[in-house]
Amino acid sequence: MKVELQNLTKIFPSRNKKENSEVIAVNNFTFEIPDGKLVGLLGPSGCGKSTTLYMISGLQKPTSGKIFFGDEDVTELTPENRGIGLVFQNYALYPHMTVKQNILFPLQNLKGEDKMDKETMLKRAYEAAKLVQIDELMDRKPSELSGGQQQRVAIARALVKMPRVLLLDEPLSNLDARLRLQTREEIRRIQRETGITTVFVTHDQEEAMSISDVIVVMKLGVVQQVGKPQEVYDNPTNLFVAKFLGTPPINVFDGEVKGGKLYLGESAVLDVPGVDDRAVYVGIRPEGFVPAEDGVLEANLSNVEVMGRDVSIVSTHSASLNPVVRSIVDADYKIDRASETVKLNLKPHKVFLFDKETEERIYFEVN
Amino acid sequence: MTESKQNVFQWFVEVFCKQWVWQKFCVNLVYKKFDKWKGWLYLSPALVLLAIFTIWPIFNTIRMSLLEGYTTMKAVNGQSFAFGIGNFTRVLKYPGFITCLKNTVLLCVLTVPISTFLALLIAVCLNSIKFLNRFLQTVFFLPYVTNSIAIGMVFAAMFNMIIGGSVRPDSVGIVNNVLEALGFNYVNWVNAGSEYWANIVVMTVYIVWNALPFKILILLGGLQSVNKQYYEAAKVDGTSRARTFWRITVPLLSPMLAYVIITGFIGGFKEYSSIVGIFGESMGPVGDAYALDTMVGFIYRAIGNQEGTASAAAIILFFIIFAVTMVNLYVSKKKTHY
Repeated sequence: MKVELQNLTKIFPSRNKKENSEVIAVNNFTFEIPDGKLVGLLGPSGCGKSTTLYMISGLQKPTSGKIFFGDEDVTELTPENRGIGLVFQNYALYPHMTVKQNILFPLQNLKGEDKMDKETMLKRAYEAAKLVQIDELMDRKPSELSGGQQQRVAIARALVKMPRVLLLDEPLSNLDARLRLQTREEIRRIQRETGITTVFVTHDQEEAMSISDVIVVMKLGVVQQVGKPQEVYDNPTNLFVAKFLGTPPINVFDGEVKGGKLYLGESAVLDVPGVDDRAVYVGIRPEGFVPAEDGVLEANLSNVEVMGRDVSIVSTHSASLNPVVRSIVDADYKIDRASETVKLNLKPHKVFLFDKETEERIYFEVN
Repeated sequence: MTESKQNVFQWFVEVFCKQWVWQKFCVNLVYKKFDKWKGWLYLSPALVLLAIFTIWPIFNTIRMSLLEGYTTMKAVNGQSFAFGIGNFTRVLKYPGFITCLKNTVLLCVLTVPISTFLALLIAVCLNSIKFLNRFLQTVFFLPYVTNSIAIGMVFAAMFNMIIGGSVRPDSVGIVNNVLEALGFNYVNWVNAGSEYWANIVVMTVYIVWNALPFKILILLGGLQSVNKQYYEAAKVDGTSRARTFWRITVPLLSPMLAYVIITGFIGGFKEYSSIVGIFGESMGPVGDAYALDTMVGFIYRAIGNQEGTASAAAIILFFIIFAVTMVNLYVSKKKTHY
């Protein structure tokens, strides 16, 4: 089931009438979620990603705009009539019911022609439980489960009705680091097996990039960029997206373009054909540096961190807007730790220029 | 190190370090011993009061109930009493005792479920409205801070019916006025010659009304601590309102409900002042005194001339309440989800 959002806007009215403090949580969101894909809504706190999710679920009404499931306009439909499954951030499992009762609960609510007999309900519940691998915990109470198991129960409860769209609100935020890795694979697997169009919300870019088919980066209610994770990472449209994606984060410099060359401080570091002379922000991914004897960028070496496969060179540079410049290079490069400076070359496709005013991307030709 | 500096250093060691060590030693000594009895010290004001006004009276009641024909007057005069269960047999043989027991149990069984259910309903309604929420909470709590005798007199007036003239009664309470407006006949609720069921209806209405505020308060507090996401989850699952109430609200409130029901039964078995409030000390309509007598009423009347009997009745009441509470706890353990 494809999901289409048209000019979706949500404005929360101001608390008191005197102050005009209304909040535009989501601003003119237009996006089509393709059928059977896993989509990650990504952004910092307060960017409107959860509000968008709740509007898709029907728990919140959009101020304006429309939502379509397939060709059906569901904007005015209540949550239960939309055919969605929603997994809450803290799971919201009913504490007084066993796992089995929790999973059965949505089925027991069905009325009219959808009504099932007890055996069918149990069969469906066990199928859902098997899918998330909790069929051996059916008689436990939620309080007797670990965080990861509770998460699975919540997913099973959402899936048991066979929803058209599955929505996950920060599905991994309540889990510890190890479980998070495991569960995100699990979510990916469940989504693949069921083929249900899935939307999930996260503030963790790594989480979003690792399992999504498509990510949507949001900031202050406005969509910044939509695309496949790798494409967005390789080709950010503005400084915010470039900064938000990637660990360690991108290195940002104050730079200047003069006569088709990019200057960082005094040194010309890169040919940027087709860019007018102007001051720019320069973003360089940590993996965009290559240590070399004849390196164009000379930085003051402060530390070399060994990470096994890679080496992280921590240095400082006068033009850098971050406290340190961090570059990740292959461990085969031998770095002289005693040296005061380190010389680096740049990989042109890992260097992005941004306008100083608008922070929008300035494109140049990469040879 | 120069001499003066050395002196200062020595002085520092002597004064501060030694004092510090010494202090630590003393403090440890005092505190460790003090630790053992300081808990008791802090508890002592409450314990002393409890001992004087609760624990000793309980033991004294047991003692008095087991002394044959005990009265305070005789005890003061130096008379000694034989040990025995005569007081208990006297209570059980007393013809009014069955009436007391029947009234007490009947009022309990009627008022506790009604008041609990109504309180739950009102609490849920109060919790779901936003407008005037605070104001209405205060209004619903008012009966709790009002004197029950005063409330009883108001209720007695409301249910009043004194028929004086031949055509129209001289005084008719508001309840009968409403009945008349709805096309019913007057009912003699509380006046001379009123029937037993009418009296019980009045008492039930009054006790329920009196018991509501506390229960509403407890249940509302419970409701406000329920995570809203359970309701959102239920909404997404298409749960009907009734099912949400019975399958989610009631189980999540069950600890509070259990508390309210258990304390309700305990309070119900001690019903007394509400009846005095409406019927006066005769505990029944004029001409039918003690028709609505209760266990506590019986105990009160025995005080002053037959303390032994009163004590025995109090012990019996204690065991009844104990047994009922045990049953309550047993049932609620199965039905409560903490």
